[in-house]
Amino acid sequence: MLYDITAVIAYDYQTPAGAGRNLARLMPATVPGEQRLVAGTLCADPVPDERIQRTDFFGNAMVEMSFREATRATSFRVQARVERTSEPPGLDLSPPMQRLPDEIAAVHSLAPEAPHHFLGPSPRVRLRDEMTEYACDHLAPGMTALAAVEAIGRALHRDMRFDAAATTVDTDPAEAFAKRHGVCQDFTHVMIACLRGVGIPAGYVSGYLRTLPPPGQERLAGADAMHAWVRAWVGRETGWIAFDPTNDAMVGADHIRVAVGRDYDDVAPLRGVLRTGGGQTSSQKVDVVPLEGAVSGQPSG
Amino acid sequence: MNDRAPPPQPAPGTPGNAPDPVAQLLGDYAPLPGMADELMDGGGCLRPVWQSFIAHLASLDEATRAAHFARGDQYLRDAGVFYRLYNESGSTERDWPLSHVPVIVAEEEWTAIAEGLTQRADLLERVAQDLYGPGQLVADGHLPAALVAGNPEWLRPLVGVVPRSGYHLHFLAFEIGRNPDGSWFVLGDRTQAPSGAGFALETRVATTRIFPEHFAQANVHRLAPFFRAFRDALNGQQAGDGDRVGILTPGPMNDTYFEHTYIARYLGFMLLEGEDLVVQDGRVMVRTVAGLHPVSVLWRRLDARYADPLELDPASQLGTAGMVGAIRAGNLMLVNALGSGVLETRALQAFLPKISRVLLGEELKLPNIATWWCGDPAARAYAAQHAGRMTVGPALSTGLPFDADTTELDDAVQAAGMDTAAWLAERGGGLVAQEAVTLSTAPALEEGRLSPHPMSLRVFLARAGDGWHVMPGGFARIGRGRDAHALAMQRGGAVADVWIASDGPVEPDTMLPGEGGGRFRRREVTMLPSRAADNLFWLGRYVERVESNVRLLRAYHLRLTETANPDAPLLRGLADFLEVHDVDVAAPFATPLFDGISRARGCAGKVRDRFAIDGWAALGELSDSVESLSAIDLRGDDAARALGRLLRQTAAFSGLVHENMYRFMGWRFLSIGRALERADATARLLSTFADPEAVEGALDLALEVGDSAMSHRRRYSVSTRRETVVDMLALDDRNPRSILYQLTEAMEQIHALPGNEGQMPMTPLARRLLEVHTGLAVQVPETLDTEGLIALGGQIAEVSGLVEEAYFG
Repeated sequence: MLYDITAVIAYDYQTPAGAGRNLARLMPATVPGEQRLVAGTLCADPVPDERIQRTDFFGNAMVEMSFREATRATSFRVQARVERTSEPPGLDLSPPMQRLPDEIAAVHSLAPEAPHHFLGPSPRVRLRDEMTEYACDHLAPGMTALAAVEAIGRALHRDMRFDAAATTVDTDPAEAFAKRHGVCQDFTHVMIACLRGVGIPAGYVSGYLRTLPPPGQERLAGADAMHAWVRAWVGRETGWIAFDPTNDAMVGADHIRVAVGRDYDDVAPLRGVLRTGGGQTSSQKVDVVPLEGAVSGQPSG
Repeated sequence: MNDRAPPPQPAPGTPGNAPDPVAQLLGDYAPLPGMADELMDGGGCLRPVWQSFIAHLASLDEATRAAHFARGDQYLRDAGVFYRLYNESGSTERDWPLSHVPVIVAEEEWTAIAEGLTQRADLLERVAQDLYGPGQLVADGHLPAALVAGNPEWLRPLVGVVPRSGYHLHFLAFEIGRNPDGSWFVLGDRTQAPSGAGFALETRVATTRIFPEHFAQANVHRLAPFFRAFRDALNGQQAGDGDRVGILTPGPMNDTYFEHTYIARYLGFMLLEGEDLVVQDGRVMVRTVAGLHPVSVLWRRLDARYADPLELDPASQLGTAGMVGAIRAGNLMLVNALGSGVLETRALQAFLPKISRVLLGEELKLPNIATWWCGDPAARAYAAQHAGRMTVGPALSTGLPFDADTTELDDAVQAAGMDTAAWLAERGGGLVAQEAVTLSTAPALEEGRLSPHPMSLRVFLARAGDGWHVMPGGFARIGRGRDAHALAMQRGGAVADVWIASDGPVEPDTMLPGEGGGRFRRREVTMLPSRAADNLFWLGRYVERVESNVRLLRAYHLRLTETANPDAPLLRGLADFLEVHDVDVAAPFATPLFDGISRARGCAGKVRDRFAIDGWAALGELSDSVESLSAIDLRGDDAARALGRLLRQTAAFSGLVHENMYRFMGWRFLSIGRALERADATARLLSTFADPEAVEGALDLALEVGDSAMSHRRRYSVSTRRETVVDMLALDDRNPRSILYQLTEAMEQIHALPGNEGQMPMTPLARRLLEVHTGLAVQVPETLDTEGLIALGGQIAEVSGLVEEAYFG
């Protein structure tokens, strides 16, 4: 499947903001065997005085931009064409839960993909008894790690209510869990806490999601949003799998990955530090447009 | 052995006729069972290295001793040495808890300690290089991945970044203790931003004030060469010729802020906060009053995660966005490298003995506290087996063994109501067990007698071009009572100087001003951070405002004494005038006056590295005076006299600053602040008390408050008239109290500021000031009416705003 993705994130400031420095993780990634960035550009307005491109520890592409002059508005625009392939799920080769700790301990590595980074608390995700207990309640004896991930993700999808107004980007997962509501970021953080609580290494994936319009309606431009889901390490054989608790599904061809990390802090689409006295407002517009049949010989995922 | 030492003294309890002063001092001092003692050997005999000191101490009678000790305490108070004590209701500044008796260690013994710590420093550097490089220790199974990957001090943005100097570690501290068998061991490693070196220096100065004659001939190694070597090493690492090394501090609310200012002053480094810095094109720049200036070496006293909100903790208000990028670009050296805090991890001590063999091919020369990481089943089993002599704490903690986050294993298990092995297994890799330590004891003087208290030493190492230098000394933590857990200052422990005593004479050496000498190089010091300039400017304004209010209050109370009628028109007018500044004449020493002083102190506190000790002390005395007066209800004559004293104290501060402060850029900002405040206050004074409608006596009052009554009598042979008063206090360019004089003063200083030196076209600030100055200079008393004076006040405020905009923005 080929997608054309456009994302625009804009900020308006009450008083001119000066000497800003931003770190953007907005560009879809290339993931061998799953996803390929065919072409992509990131533009900022105003044009930054400095622009540095590099990858972070987890291999995510990022762009650092700095602005010297004070400005009343900043916007960032991403345009990307991405090829996404998806394999149907195979056999569950993950170990039973009891064997997972030994498989983790046997990995002697600090490489970005090593499970150890994703097991303990991270800046945004504290391990809390109530979430660990919740996760335990959804385990069955002899369950494999992969089955455990699905069971916990499914339960959260069932018990948590999607509510775009209830939480903010700074909401503590424990609070979202206690009230059983939130958006994809909350679902993802809560599920990460639950999985780590029972010893399954789990991380955060940010990306774009292709959404389907309600039956009989046209797709609305700019109606899509940046999305988040969970990745979990389920043993040496299988490695990392991804689950979307907001949509109760294993991640497939509709999910386009941008960045991975331990939690939102590692992958924040835009981190910014500005000197400003006043408040700010921001807006986000995302379009994920599938190009079915546009390129010959591409099977649709 | 020291040939000046007196013959061995009789052990305590030896019968004798005359009371032997040494025996009296020692009383029933004896090593505690099962512990080594610094003062005495196992047999209860004084160790040779202590003999001459003990003889000296015993030779002082109790009154002399008390007087000498007080001298040391006073020195620390005057120098403003404090630490910050944290409790539930916030934090307070406390006096530095000096234990007056030093701990004396023989040079021979010290040499072995120094060798052991040097080896350890090299080992830790190698570990840092691996953890931020290839990760071979984890790959080879010498270190569990979980301890690194789960460690909040292991900073992923720094992985793969080679420090500009090639080294992660430049300045280290180790906490060491002595085993019952007399050997030394390491309790903890301070590798992130070790504190205490400045306190060690101040403790040394205080102790030499207490024992000046003895210290001079006691063959004690001096500390200055250590600091000089490190200063030169850091200066040598700078990229540009005009650069200066910066000390990066989290600011005045940090518990060791005093030390940051002290070291900055002592070594001639710039004291910087995160907001002083900005990153441009991969370089860290200081915002100075003369624009951006690059800095390439920072000694950071800020924990790494706060250093850069862009790549590290996004919530940090203390950091500089882009700093990690500047490090990555090889443009900034940090002491120590960001991320070096991971080496402080308690659990690492379980693996260092093995890692030493792997990386250095050597055993640790100085063992560390025996540690077991409970993620390993064998270690866990050992800890369970020896539960009785284990303490436990979080594996990833960077606390020292006597910090609050450790408990005895038996207690923890009992509280949980579980089986020891099961409890340990449940916590697993999150826990370390450490052998409960027994420290040695050192003497502290209590009620005229020495008694043994547990102690540990903090030792500092600095990297210079030729390798590690070990500070010959440091400080000792002395426990309150006999509890080894009460060593931490936060729990009431005290601190003593550490003397490394040589058998032969040592080089006297000091870096303190007025002593030493030798080569010098005059350096143009123009780098004034904008924030420091801002604080100096406001310090000048606040002190002047306090002085002005004190003068007004005194005038009020003098008149109250004469008339005894607070409803007299002049007194009412004065009270109303003061009310504008929230000053209540009935309670002259209450909050508003005190506020002014604490604001001044707040500003001064942020630029303490730029102050001589005397200026700071004068401000402290002023503050103390007002505080003590605020408790008493003084009126009339008593109040006037007390206010007179305050006025002299304010003058003392101003005198110290204006007579003695070097004419650096910072002094100019202080002077501008003072001049503008005084000009503004005088304009307000005249607009009220020199108004044609003002009540009788108002003109004389204006002269008195303007401190010009005497000059007025000599200059004008007529009685006080509006014209003469306005002439004297507004237009007389030879009266330092006049508005014109102060505007001239401000103009001279402003012309010497960067961007204004003979600049054409003039800056908005210079132009406006010239306009205001000229507008006033062409006036005569008849034309300068009340309206004009009020307008002048507004113009002065405008100039003040332009100064802020041009230099502090």
